[in-house]
Amino acid sequence: MSTETIAAVKERKPLFTAKDRKLITDPLDDDNPITVQVLGICSALAVTVQVKPALFMSMGVLFVLIMGNLVVSLIRNLIPSRVRIIVQLVIVAALVTVVDQVLKAYAYDVSKELSVFVGLIITNCIVMGRLEAFALANKPGPAILDGIGNGLGYSFILLLVAVVRELFGSGTILGFPIIGEWALNLGYKHNGLFVLPPMALVIVGVIIWVQRSRNQKLIEAN
Amino acid sequence: MVNKESNSYTLIFSAVLVVLVGVLLTVVFEITNTPYEKSVEMEKRQNILSAALGKALSREEADGLFTKYIKDSKVYNAQGVEVQGQDAFNLDLAKELKKSESEQLYPLFVFQDGEVTRYILGMRGTGLWGPVWGYIAIESDLNSVFYANFDHKGETPGLGAEIKQPIFQDQFGLDKGKRIYNGSEFKGIVVEKKGRTSESSPEFAHVVNGISGGTITSDGVSYMLQKYLKAFDAFATKSGLKGSNVQAQLHLNASTQNP
Repeated sequence: MSTETIAAVKERKPLFTAKDRKLITDPLDDDNPITVQVLGICSALAVTVQVKPALFMSMGVLFVLIMGNLVVSLIRNLIPSRVRIIVQLVIVAALVTVVDQVLKAYAYDVSKELSVFVGLIITNCIVMGRLEAFALANKPGPAILDGIGNGLGYSFILLLVAVVRELFGSGTILGFPIIGEWALNLGYKHNGLFVLPPMALVIVGVIIWVQRSRNQKLIEAN
Repeated sequence: MVNKESNSYTLIFSAVLVVLVGVLLTVVFEITNTPYEKSVEMEKRQNILSAALGKALSREEADGLFTKYIKDSKVYNAQGVEVQGQDAFNLDLAKELKKSESEQLYPLFVFQDGEVTRYILGMRGTGLWGPVWGYIAIESDLNSVFYANFDHKGETPGLGAEIKQPIFQDQFGLDKGKRIYNGSEFKGIVVEKKGRTSESSPEFAHVVNGISGGTITSDGVSYMLQKYLKAFDAFATKSGLKGSNVQAQLHLNASTQNP
């Protein structure tokens, strides 16, 4: 095959093929990192008391996932396979340190609130999982899309849990009061259980339940 | 093509990667450190002022009001002798804690709003997982506690971390009548298990309730309070603050008579 025909074939290829689209949409539902791959549960429990830290955590994980996938994918042919896990770890740790420093400098209160959890992005299984399972074997373009997809899938669940917990636990969303004084005067009470970590587990469980009843593909035939 | 699996390739690859990452992190640190340190400084002002005013302030508010209210600051040692040439605001208590106790220095800030004077002590100690710190404001009678706030690096949320919540800090409110002297005898403030000292006992003026499940943090806060209040006691005596302030003396007497 001459180089001309390769170029022609490449030109006809649309910007986003159906396969590329699937890379982004799959992790949102069919292959969601939290509810289907069951990765990154720890932070889903820890930082979802309020929406704001969950939002910043999501952005942090999204950034680390995209950049991690990109960097590992770019140097995938250079990495000696014997030390590939350590190499991934160094890259992820460096990116997380960058996120931590930037948060400290420009979102001081949030960084205090997230405290150790930013550092724990390093050990978030989603990040290492995607590097090992996808970025090491794919080109940078799809790797970025995979990072975006998984990051969004994670963020979606995280924010969903956080909205439910903040609304029922404290009656606010992003700090703005949603359940007004009048409701409290009528005898409504904030449910303290929603603020505690176990409730996050229950909510994630309910989300998985709803998702599986909607999406029959996810139920293993046996 | 080089053999990717050879030992030398692996070593060289690792070394290059680590150096690159090191350079990247150094650059990021250099860029982000200045705004970070500014936030830390503003937070310090916020904590000092919110102890002195007994209410929560935003960092920006506190930054603007700090020089208006905090008129003076002092540094003294454990014997209560004032040390010249030290800046109370920039005194690094973490470094002080590493020295032997007799050599440590203690910061004091003087709040002034018209007639009202309060003394704010900066403190630092050890909790369960790491450092705890705080500020306690004492009224001009040098006896009544006006307010205090605390913070921590990594105490357990829901347990030790409760020291920074109003439920703990409000125990230091002026309306709770906490005092550091019983007559002329130094008592300080002790954090202890709720109910150990009966609320009707006169000793209750020197006691606040600890946090259930946060015993080690509570003990750390208690030790810190005792240590810094004791040094303040020594300073107030040595510097003549106690004797010269007639009004303070009157207050001291009045509060002894009506516990």
